[in-house]
Amino acid sequence: MKKVLALGVAALMAVGAVATLASCGESEEKLKVGLITLHDKQSTYDKNFIEAMETACANKDVELVLKTGIGEDSTCYDAAADLADNGCKLVFADSFGHEKFMIQAAKEFTDVEFCHATGTHSKTEGVANFHNAFASIYEGRYLAGVVGGMKLVEMYNAGKILDSNKTEEGAIKIGYVGAYTYAEVVSGYTAWYLGVQSVLKDAGLSAYMDVTFTGSWYDEKAEREAANTLISRGCALISQHADSMGAPSACETAGVPNVSYNGSTASQCPNTFLVSSKINWVPYFEYIIDCVKAGKKIETDWTGTIETGSVQLTELGKNVAEGTAEKLEAVKADLKSGKIQVFDTANFTVKGEKVLTYLADVQDMGDYKGETEAIKTANGITYFAESSDRSAPYFDLQIDGINLLNTEF
Amino acid sequence: MSNVKTEKSVREPLFHIAKRGGLPLWKGILIRFIAIFAGLLVCGIFVTVAADGKKGFFDVFASLFSGAFGTERRRWLLLQDTALLLGVSLALVPAFKMKFWNLGGNGQILMGCLTSTMCMFYLGGKLPDPVVWLIMTVSAIAAGALWAVIPALFKAFFRTNESLFTLMMNYIAFHLVCFFISYWYPKGTGTMTPLEAGVLPDLFGNKYLLTLFVVVLLTVFMFAYLRFSKHGYELSVVGESENTARYIGVNVKGVIIRTLLLSGAICGIVGLLISGSINHAVGSNYDNNMGFTAIMAAWLGKFDPLIIVLTSFFITFLTRGMGQVRTDFGFTSEALSSVIIGIIYFCVIACEFFISYQIKFNGEHKKTKKPKKNRFEETVKRDFAEEFKMAKEENFEENKEEK
Repeated sequence: MKKVLALGVAALMAVGAVATLASCGESEEKLKVGLITLHDKQSTYDKNFIEAMETACANKDVELVLKTGIGEDSTCYDAAADLADNGCKLVFADSFGHEKFMIQAAKEFTDVEFCHATGTHSKTEGVANFHNAFASIYEGRYLAGVVGGMKLVEMYNAGKILDSNKTEEGAIKIGYVGAYTYAEVVSGYTAWYLGVQSVLKDAGLSAYMDVTFTGSWYDEKAEREAANTLISRGCALISQHADSMGAPSACETAGVPNVSYNGSTASQCPNTFLVSSKINWVPYFEYIIDCVKAGKKIETDWTGTIETGSVQLTELGKNVAEGTAEKLEAVKADLKSGKIQVFDTANFTVKGEKVLTYLADVQDMGDYKGETEAIKTANGITYFAESSDRSAPYFDLQIDGINLLNTEF
Repeated sequence: MSNVKTEKSVREPLFHIAKRGGLPLWKGILIRFIAIFAGLLVCGIFVTVAADGKKGFFDVFASLFSGAFGTERRRWLLLQDTALLLGVSLALVPAFKMKFWNLGGNGQILMGCLTSTMCMFYLGGKLPDPVVWLIMTVSAIAAGALWAVIPALFKAFFRTNESLFTLMMNYIAFHLVCFFISYWYPKGTGTMTPLEAGVLPDLFGNKYLLTLFVVVLLTVFMFAYLRFSKHGYELSVVGESENTARYIGVNVKGVIIRTLLLSGAICGIVGLLISGSINHAVGSNYDNNMGFTAIMAAWLGKFDPLIIVLTSFFITFLTRGMGQVRTDFGFTSEALSSVIIGIIYFCVIACEFFISYQIKFNGEHKKTKKPKKNRFEETVKRDFAEEFKMAKEENFEENKEEK
């Protein structure tokens, strides 16, 4: 019996070999670009990358080879090497944990360009064909915070902010569902909080934010639970930095306004969706495709901005406060011109004190020790200069007014 | 007249199911191949329809095979993944043969991963590499065995339900891994940087060979253990009937504990390979859900280590091949390929039913009624259900004749 089965398997293998040889015959003239994503389109984070790459490849007439569901382990190296084996000249991976495996592949395939989102090592590692990229998304978060703040003021004026939505000091409670206590998340929720706060301050109010972490980028159940916890604690407005529909759908059920990330959730959550900030990766993808086509060097560490079209807001939800669109335009113009800075040290304190100097961990050597002065002054504003020395966020201060419910992740 | 009415009121269903006895070997194999073929056919049609005309029916198979065998790297990865799945299946076989439903494969693998990574993390570079390897191996085996023996002890002494217990142990292992990663990398995203010191060596300069070599040894060992050793016999007796085992003097508690120590230890070894040789790190999903996939491999392989080699190969082939189909056809969702893999599994599992049982249409045996003199021989060959019906019908006809 085993012999026959073994024969059968051998026959299968033979058929496989023939099929493979047959498929080798095609000659591809188009440039092949590989994309490695952690999850598939079900995840808003990966969906954002996949759709941007589809657009960029269509615009630049190159072939996309997509590998979804690639974990943050040696399967990432295997996938990257497999893409290189099969003629991709440019390979992009989208998750933070992919980085070391992309570097491993970059060292082996020196004629292929490897680009990676959210990574921190391209400058320190010194591998010529490995590059990092990110966007100043904290500006987008700030803008989204402005939308949230406007909504809170509207709710306050309409008497919809109850006593249970306020702290003892009278600050309005808001909530945030984060994935990990990691600089990108910290930078994101702090920028969002400051955006909300900037509007409330003008209206003579203030916000107090609870943050809870799920320990996963994509865990629908945990994110829903986290959002429900925040709602039961009285949060009147919720945003999140995790990739499933968990938190937005919990907000829709409870009727709590929600600010999304990485894409509109208006179709699933029509009543509570306010706005979503997102990184538009199309400009970067088109840039690297052009570089590879022209044989030009890709920037080691690239930061997209509002200016490059990388930081975007989606359309506004139907229930945003009146005058939100105009206010947004004004704030956006101020951010562009440098008239305001998101992390203006005048607007936040740490343990009751203003931050005058801070060494940020820009060179990621795995020691969590800061070495780069991040507090800078320009146009008369002293601020924490996020994403100026490295594309990936490094703002990790715990500012006052934000309360971390759990920090084990 | 009254008899005719009775016949109508007890009208038989259209068909009934009977157990097959002694199906020729070639027939069984043929049925399995037909099932696989049918499954692949359905999968091809499914993908072709979903691909809206971009690529044709035969491209599905080209991609499927190219994903598994297309390049040297893919062939090695196919072997590596097969070996890992096979390793876990081998670990589950003795427990399942004993009817101890060890659903804790994932947790036992993760504990092996975690302890071997701890050894690399804390001891790598501080002790000579061979010493680290030795400690790693011992601790991975011990951790895997511990994770399996805790439910076994409770089952043996307190008769607790082992399925739930082993499942719960999975969660503990999962969260222990999460805890240690965030302890080592406090501001990270739950992933760890691969370690360099203390990692297991490559065999003959090939990074895949160590895994293959260890799993081949395990396969030979498990085959011999089940086939030739007293232990192997004892655990199958316990699986058939604990009372029988006790009657013939087998120490049932001892067998349960001993078998689960072995089962967990092998999962620990797989964990050691995953962390020490392949990834040089640990992650909360490093079990790759093999603790459950391996159950299917083991069951389809009828708990025979040599057949499980084939079933794990087939499952790995499908997984890797479908990954390539997804890439080549530009599917942006994993859901579709999961559905297709499910359909193929369904065909394969369903065919096992047709190998063990046959469907008999109840109209048939009336026409092919045998002469009375062979009746005894015939009934012996037939199963009870059929015999019962035959007898009833014959009785009925005899009655009619008498009248």
